Amino acid sequence: MPPPISWIVAVVKFLYDFIVGDDWSVAVAVLIGLIVSAILNVNHIAAWWLIPVIVVLMLGISLRRASKRLR
Amino acid sequence: MTGLWAVLITTFLASAVEAIEMVTIVVGVGATRGWRSTIIGAASGFGVLALVVAVLGAALSVVPIGPLRLVIGFLLLVFGLQWFRKGIMRVAARGLAGIGGADPHGDAEQWKGPGMDWTAWFLAFKGVVLEGLEVAIIVVSFGAGANQLGGAVVGGVGAIIVVGGIGLALHQTVRRIPRSLLQLVVGILLTTFGTFWAIEGLGVQWPGSDAAILGLLVLYVGTALFYISLERNRALGLRPAA
Repeated sequence: MPPPISWIVAVVKFLYDFIVGDDWSVAVAVLIGLIVSAILNVNHIAAWWLIPVIVVLMLGISLRRASKRLR
Repeated sequence: MTGLWAVLITTFLASAVEAIEMVTIVVGVGATRGWRSTIIGAASGFGVLALVVAVLGAALSVVPIGPLRLVIGFLLLVFGLQWFRKGIMRVAARGLAGIGGADPHGDAEQWKGPGMDWTAWFLAFKGVVLEGLEVAIIVVSFGAGANQLGGAVVGGVGAIIVVGGIGLALHQTVRRIPRSLLQLVVGILLTTFGTFWAIEGLGVQWPGSDAAILGLLVLYVGTALFYISLERNRALGLRPAA
């Protein structure tokens, strides 16, 4: 690949690994959580609790999935 | 004179809170991934920061910090969660093996490739740019408001130097922590700051303001302990306690 394209590919790959890693569902859940938090906030409903709850739940789901993969 | 000292001390304390967050990220990432790329990332962050401050000057207070917090918070959160999960799995598997000495399995996240470790660079860069920008905004807001910009600059820069010096002094101690545990600790810290900044960036008010960071830290440490015991029980083939 010529340099400009190979640089773009490298940057996209880096960002994918950085954001998605080896479990895409966590990044998607956080993204959805932030969108819902924004909607709650716009409607003057307390929204600070949602992301911590998603973090705790998704961590458990992701750990369970990773443990199954290792077995 | 009283006004000068009041601005200097207030700016120092307010900036120190931001500097602690900045130094925590840089020291944690450096100890886990390696120092070279982390230091270059932090230096690049300070370079960008100096450029922004030089170009914008007093107009800095109009920088939209909310969207910046949201983007950086989201990135720290999703990346921090990856280390959080890996840290739990490694600590559950190995316990605290290697504490105070060499960790036989400990180089899992250490960068060994040629050239720059862009992950370490990116994390350090983001931490320095966001927190440094917040320090700069504090300096401009307090300094311009009280007409004591000189005192505010001394307070802000002094806070970064003092907290940075403490981080430098502590980095040898941090090196003695086994990497599996260090990865868990840094994962928890990145997830904590990421959660706080992303939500704050949306304009949501945290109960207790900055004190909510401590609440998140307690929640995530408790979560880590719970999942570590769950993982150990799973590995032993036991049913987890209800």
